[in-house]
Amino acid sequence: MADTPTVSSQPAKPKLTRDPRFRALVFQVLALIAVAAFFIYIVHNTLLNMEQRGISTGFAFLDRPSGFAILQSLIPYSESSTYGRTFVVGLLNTILVSVLGIIFATLVGFLVGVMRLSRNWLISKLAMVYIELFRNIPLLLQIVFWYFAVAFNLPAPRQSLAFGDLVFLNNRGMYVPAPVVGEGFWMTGVALVVAIVAVVLLVRWARRRFETTGKTFHTVYAALAIVVGLPLLVFFATGAPLHWDVPALKGFNFRGGLTVIPELFALTLALTIYTAAFIAETVRSGIQSVSHGQTEAASALGLSHARTLRLVVIPQAMRVIIPPLTSQYLNLTKNSSLAVAIGYPDLVAVFAGTTLNQTGQAVEIIAITMAVYLTLSLAISLLMNWYNAKMALRER
Amino acid sequence: MKKQRFSVVAAMAVAGMLVMGSAHAGATFDAVKKKGFLQCGVTTGLPGFSAPDEKGNWTGIDVDTCRAVAAAMFGDAKKVKFTPLNAKERFTALQSGEIDMLSRNTTWTFTRDTSLGLNFAGVNYYDGQGFMVSKKLGVKSALELSGAAICIQAGTTTELNLADYFRANKMEYTAITYDTSEETIKGFEAGRCDVLTSDQSQLYALRVKLPKPDDAVVLPEVISKEPLGPVVRQGDDEWFNVVRWALFAQLNAEELGVSSKNVDQMLKSNDPGIKRLLGVEGGFGKFIGVDDKWAYSIIKQVGNYGEMFERNVGQGSPLKISRGLNALWNKGGIQYAPPVR
Repeated sequence: MADTPTVSSQPAKPKLTRDPRFRALVFQVLALIAVAAFFIYIVHNTLLNMEQRGISTGFAFLDRPSGFAILQSLIPYSESSTYGRTFVVGLLNTILVSVLGIIFATLVGFLVGVMRLSRNWLISKLAMVYIELFRNIPLLLQIVFWYFAVAFNLPAPRQSLAFGDLVFLNNRGMYVPAPVVGEGFWMTGVALVVAIVAVVLLVRWARRRFETTGKTFHTVYAALAIVVGLPLLVFFATGAPLHWDVPALKGFNFRGGLTVIPELFALTLALTIYTAAFIAETVRSGIQSVSHGQTEAASALGLSHARTLRLVVIPQAMRVIIPPLTSQYLNLTKNSSLAVAIGYPDLVAVFAGTTLNQTGQAVEIIAITMAVYLTLSLAISLLMNWYNAKMALRER
Repeated sequence: MKKQRFSVVAAMAVAGMLVMGSAHAGATFDAVKKKGFLQCGVTTGLPGFSAPDEKGNWTGIDVDTCRAVAAAMFGDAKKVKFTPLNAKERFTALQSGEIDMLSRNTTWTFTRDTSLGLNFAGVNYYDGQGFMVSKKLGVKSALELSGAAICIQAGTTTELNLADYFRANKMEYTAITYDTSEETIKGFEAGRCDVLTSDQSQLYALRVKLPKPDDAVVLPEVISKEPLGPVVRQGDDEWFNVVRWALFAQLNAEELGVSSKNVDQMLKSNDPGIKRLLGVEGGFGKFIGVDDKWAYSIIKQVGNYGEMFERNVGQGSPLKISRGLNALWNKGGIQYAPPVR
């Protein structure tokens, strides 16, 4: 009992400088300080240089009137609106083209992706040609092609292509009748909301019944009938309070109705076709990742082909598809900034372009623009990650 | 170990930035002298102002203004490198020091002169904004343009004047804004817009690019003042003086009757004004830090203002623009330079 085994059995406590965990911490803190110092330095240096050169700084310009017109705005905008409003107009235009692009690219992409796997030789080869062609031509060229080579070759306003005197197509855009809401139309809107709530309840009820009794129910048809039927019934019961503002040729061009400008058309088309080619490949790899045994097992259970796809193959394929799909959505949103090449008034063209040039506030405007794209990307990412988590394999 | 190496690199990067420090104003003159050539910002291609010819040489009034500055600095008008810039890029390129001077049909305005850290060195072309329409429309005046679609270049004073003019006259319009003048004329050609608006000189220059120039007409209205001229960064007075006086030398030469053809004989002239301009007497070159023969080099290699005008946009060019406001003050115009004395 004379010796002290507690000391000898444990290794000697190392010096603090030799402790790998401590050293790692020190170096990380040092690296962090270095990075922070770097950013503080460049911000300071930029401000100093701008002050020395007499360049005005700050965000006060956002309240000044812009004095220029914008081709398309989703909110009321005029030349006397502020630069702040210009920013919002540009942002909404960017969001519009991105959302349209994402919807259409997803539809086309899934269709082509499934076609690529078709047993029909012609369909599968057509899909292959589509993918290889549009995936390998730079997007900018495609945008310029759809705009300068296609949209510009449509006839002039006075020789417009007319579809039943309702829809007109010319090199200034597509003119479609605009709905004008009359008195009492709100009741149809209420009916639609009621119908949607009813469908949600119906789906819940059908699932509970299936789980308890095993009996299936034609939810899809019933839901369709409710969502379409109920508002339609209310619409006619209230005396069809909706009429259409039909475009007509007046002066230089068509007036009235809704206009789809050729810039939006060309940009959406190019973004859709380009991104859909990538999505198609993602979809193909996703479907191919589902083992064929799953399909066989499903048919052994007696599931129909449609139900096999819907209940067995697609849910498993989605797990593979969603992560690369997210990055395609991000790409599409960022690529929409190529709008500037054809004069579509997106954020980059209107804010990081015209506003920057009219005010000269380069640093502030570029900073805001970068922040916007970062936010948009993170939002898409967040949404898709949430969806991914919902679709992920849940082991019970 | 990996992390250690990273932090060393980061520390070195910070140290490097610190050593570089901030660029101080007043250094352009020395920097240009040291690098041996002038970096000049011009348009991406506007006939008569700055456009590459069939051999790839840049030609035009704005290009010649750059050459005149190079001639004054180095005695050699060829020591220029050109950076083509669109309207939106031009000021940032100058502010950030990518170019030494901007000579790109840029309108001298209050905000540009005061809030962008820039100085306008003078006016090499007095212009005004106009409208070009297709003859087929049968429009005779800009006041008949209500409801028209109008092609414009983004980020220009033109864009702002247009809005003011239509608002003042209670007319409506649709603005189709493009990034470059090439896209603008393409849009007009394809019928995307009914009207193209720009400075009058540009309208004539762009009209030449149309397949059938005679199908388009320029309306009589001039809706704004557009004094165009070279721009430098604020805070370098030495450099500002060289650019400004290179332009004034060309104007004085025309007024004194000195041209690229007779400049050698003029060296023997007894006119004291000519003697001072050509550096035969007075020794004025040192005041702007250049050789006494600075103006001689400009006139010999680039020509006087009148020669430059006629060759690029006047009767000697496809544009055939008359001198108008750009005639000298003693010939009915407003081009006027302070004397060399």
